[in-house]
Amino acid sequence: MTDPLLKVRGLKIGATIYPPGEKSRDIEIVHGVDFDLEKGKVLGLIGESGAGKSTIGLASMAYGRGGVELTGGSVEVNGRDILKSGIRDIRRLRGAEVTYVSQSAAASFNPAKKIMEQVIEAAVLQGKFARREAEDRAVELFRKLGLPDPENIGQRYPHQVSGGQLQRCMTALALCPQPDLVVFDEPTTALDVTTQIDVLAAIKEAIRDTGVAALYITHDLAVVAQVSDHIMVLRMGEMVEYGTVDQIINAPQAEYTQALVSVRSIKHIEKQPTGTPMLKVEGITARYSGTDFDVLRNINVEMYPGQTLAVVGESGSGKSTLARVITGLLPPSAGSITFDGRTLTSNLAQRPRDDLRELQMIYQMADTAMNPRQTVGTIIGRPLEFYFGLKGAEKQRRIQELLDEIELGEGFQDRYPAELSGGQKQRVCIARALAAKPKLIICDEVTSALDPLVADGILKLLLNLQKIEDVAYLFITHDLATVKAIADSIAVMYMGEVVRYGPKSQVLSPPFDDYTDLLLSSVPEMKLGWLEEVIEHRKMESAGN
Amino acid sequence: MHPILKLVAQRVALGCLLLFAASVLIFAGTTILPGDVAQQILGQAATPENLANLRAELGLNDPPLTRYFSWLGGVMQGDLGTALTNGRDIAESLGDRLSNTLFLAFWAALISVPLAIFLGLLAVRYKDRWPDKLISGVTLTTISIPEFMIGYILIYWISIRFGWFSSVAIINDSMSLGQKLNAIAIPVMVLTLVVLAHMMRMTRAAILNVMQSAYIETAELKGMPMLKIIRKHAFPNAIAPIVNVVMINLAYLVVGVVVVEVVFAYPGMGQYLVDHVAKRDIPVVQACGLIFAAVYIGLNLVADIVSILANPRLRHPK
Amino acid sequence: MRIPLAALLGLFFTGLFFLMAIFAGWIAPYGMAEIVGDVWEPPSDQFLLGTDSIGRDLFSRMIYGGQTTIFIATAATALSFITGSVLGFFAAVSGGWVDQAISRFVDLIMSIPSLIFALVVLSVMPTTITILIVLMGLLDSTRVFRLARAVAVDITVMDFVEAARLRGEKTGWIIFREILPNALSPLVAEMGLRFIFAVLFVSTLSFLGLGVQPPQADWGGIVKENKEGINYGIAAALYPAYAIAVLCISINLVADWVLNRTTSLKGGRG
Repeated sequence: MTDPLLKVRGLKIGATIYPPGEKSRDIEIVHGVDFDLEKGKVLGLIGESGAGKSTIGLASMAYGRGGVELTGGSVEVNGRDILKSGIRDIRRLRGAEVTYVSQSAAASFNPAKKIMEQVIEAAVLQGKFARREAEDRAVELFRKLGLPDPENIGQRYPHQVSGGQLQRCMTALALCPQPDLVVFDEPTTALDVTTQIDVLAAIKEAIRDTGVAALYITHDLAVVAQVSDHIMVLRMGEMVEYGTVDQIINAPQAEYTQALVSVRSIKHIEKQPTGTPMLKVEGITARYSGTDFDVLRNINVEMYPGQTLAVVGESGSGKSTLARVITGLLPPSAGSITFDGRTLTSNLAQRPRDDLRELQMIYQMADTAMNPRQTVGTIIGRPLEFYFGLKGAEKQRRIQELLDEIELGEGFQDRYPAELSGGQKQRVCIARALAAKPKLIICDEVTSALDPLVADGILKLLLNLQKIEDVAYLFITHDLATVKAIADSIAVMYMGEVVRYGPKSQVLSPPFDDYTDLLLSSVPEMKLGWLEEVIEHRKMESAGN
Repeated sequence: MHPILKLVAQRVALGCLLLFAASVLIFAGTTILPGDVAQQILGQAATPENLANLRAELGLNDPPLTRYFSWLGGVMQGDLGTALTNGRDIAESLGDRLSNTLFLAFWAALISVPLAIFLGLLAVRYKDRWPDKLISGVTLTTISIPEFMIGYILIYWISIRFGWFSSVAIINDSMSLGQKLNAIAIPVMVLTLVVLAHMMRMTRAAILNVMQSAYIETAELKGMPMLKIIRKHAFPNAIAPIVNVVMINLAYLVVGVVVVEVVFAYPGMGQYLVDHVAKRDIPVVQACGLIFAAVYIGLNLVADIVSILANPRLRHPK
Repeated sequence: MRIPLAALLGLFFTGLFFLMAIFAGWIAPYGMAEIVGDVWEPPSDQFLLGTDSIGRDLFSRMIYGGQTTIFIATAATALSFITGSVLGFFAAVSGGWVDQAISRFVDLIMSIPSLIFALVVLSVMPTTITILIVLMGLLDSTRVFRLARAVAVDITVMDFVEAARLRGEKTGWIIFREILPNALSPLVAEMGLRFIFAVLFVSTLSFLGLGVQPPQADWGGIVKENKEGINYGIAAALYPAYAIAVLCISINLVADWVLNRTTSLKGGRG
């Protein structure tokens, strides 16, 4: 049997961290990892943030990002241990045998140079191809990756093409020197879901056609299941499980993997609207000052007490702007909002305190939603003081009650936000909103910045709290899995308009309008062959038209 | 019109507007402020007639707006007025002095700019190692001492103790270039030290900023050697910030010249200005102030325009 | 909390200079304007640093000079800080035309170099200490304004400020409870730099003969009085240079430390 292309044994990776105001110290972030990758195969590396997956990917190019050091073990590429190689040998490896696709192509392309120049640079530098050959090859790759105008797109500058196109250019850049191995580091994470599916399909096809091997790094199990042959699950720098895609998805062994697979499987049965609508948004149109187009056009939605309306759409659809209009941060140019029978003034400064109290908000980034100089107790205590005039022991008792409700318990009152984990921070923000005893909480992408398992916990907590407090949620998200898990009714937004609106069961069942169909079918599903099915289906449809 | 030209034209117009506003400010600063100018000029010895005469001579009896526009009108035609103290034409006296000042600033820039960029690169190359620390230590010290004191320290050690170069920098037209350079050697050193620190620190920051970009990592992962990365990827992006740094420091240098000229009794515009501030010769102060402001605004404008021209997003619009 | 050595040294010298300035009358062996010896006597037991150009004790003049310089710089820094940061926060929180008007005016002031502007103004104003302080303070407040405004704008766009607004908090609460605690550390560090700038600025003006007037002593003035001595190899004019350098470097070290220490709360964990 021949040697594998990539053979990693006992790989240990360390880093020096510089906590401000303290002495720097060395920590280990990967604690001995072993794996092999055969020629032409794709291995998916999956894990949550801090699992060390990107670090391991870059280690296969003998590269440590920002103070990261490869401290032990061996990494063999084509039979040579690159951790023992000199810098000259490593340079001959990078860009020739192993290449890299980063998460943000926009940052990874030099803004001052044309795309073509950067795509062929490694191939020419490493003597793999002459300039003309490399250019022909690049055009061929552009075509294969489905880029528009493949002959000329290379003459553009990076800022002149869209994000999804640039990500494909980056793939072309990696494939151009005909490497043996490509490291894909979350190549589709920054893209919208409808763009992601095309890029994903393009990458998969390019891998298959060129016969290159790949390490595919992502936090999304459904994505990695589409492109990989094998999957390695990582957690906190250690391997949790390794297996074929089929085995990991359908018969996960480790408890952690099982949790990852069953994530987003919250069963939420849609509630029927009861009573009269609590919030009525009627004919809202809005634009930002200094711009000349409406971000929102004629929006009409209603919400019932104790229920969840999910507003779903991609970036630029206007879903967050809708939240700003309802809260009064952006006065609309037309339309009205009725809350609990009263018409809300469009100007925040003129709203009575009770209107402000009954309408609370939770943000995407819990980090910036809390004043870093205030303790958790102060953060949760302020609305109690401000709206209800609570003081002293009574306030303390209520704060502790709220902390219990969000499952944080004793000892959190005196902590600062910087001392909390991402999930804990978001819980504190929830408690702050609940402290006001609101009737409606606007949740703006509250789980998007969190790892899947943590996000799951937050969703469960929100559903639970809804039962106890009978609060309604306006849930803004781009993630359809979240919508399925939490919504009673759904509004699908596209380019500033609501294109589909109704109870969940109705919105999510056919017949669909074009956009909803595209959106729904683009969400990766955790099953083998899903990507091919969708692509095949779309091809047939467009052929039919 | 290409959008970038439009942007540049906008900046130039803005610069002109700023200069106009600055002229208003300078004029206002010397006329509208509390305190009677005539009284200030004549001091204790003023008699009522003297005061009245001087007021008439200065045109103080006219409304400020009229005076401003007649002054501005003169400036536009190159007439800067006459000095109160000796009755000479200001534009004439300024001509030579301005060219002397520019001569000094030119040589200081010629030495300090390449040196600062070189040291900035060196500090980046050996970031956090001893050359970097040494350079930042020395620059920290020079930032912490006023220009005139650097001047005297250099005079004391170089000119007096070692007997090299002259401690006064008097030049005139009959001197050869070599003699002139010998005369201004120490002032040039002082100015170099003064701007070097700022320029080098800012250059270092600008280059580090570029070197931390993701596209530098991309180049590294293509197997490119470091020097080639700097030449092909870092340099095209670093040039705008560096030119910016240089321009800002040249503007700073022009101001630094004022003090250094006084220290070395150099016959330039700075000394001319300081002398006449003490004598309360308002027309001279206004003229010099305006010229300094114009140079300062001009250099900052150049810095602005360079950043616009170097920005690929603006140069190649979608 | 451990204080790094550099910051400790900085604190020590800064403290020493301020103590000397405050207790100048007790420490100085001779009067400020008292002629006690010959012209430019060399350092001796009697005159620690020798005597100056007209026979006054240089050590005593240095101490009194330090008092004047530090007093003016402190007062000017305080003035520039109060004016600059209040206007900066106000502009940032108000936004709109208020912000535009103040910001453009500050741009205009900054388009003329501070020294030139000061010279222009001093050509018509009497040079008293009050005028010096007001002039320096106001000119320098433009820089404080820019920083305060930039920092405050960065903070006002944060979600926690929006959350406070949505809660219905008043502008006062937002400025003092939400923004100020987070803006403090860059502002304190900037205060150090502004103080250094004020020391250099007042010394320069005095050196040019347009600052503190004799017989009052200040460091810039001492250089002016003794500069002729340099040509005879007399170092009297250099002592103020050393004093200014030590003071400025010390404050720089302290400011650096303050900036490093207090940013830690904002950033990562722990």
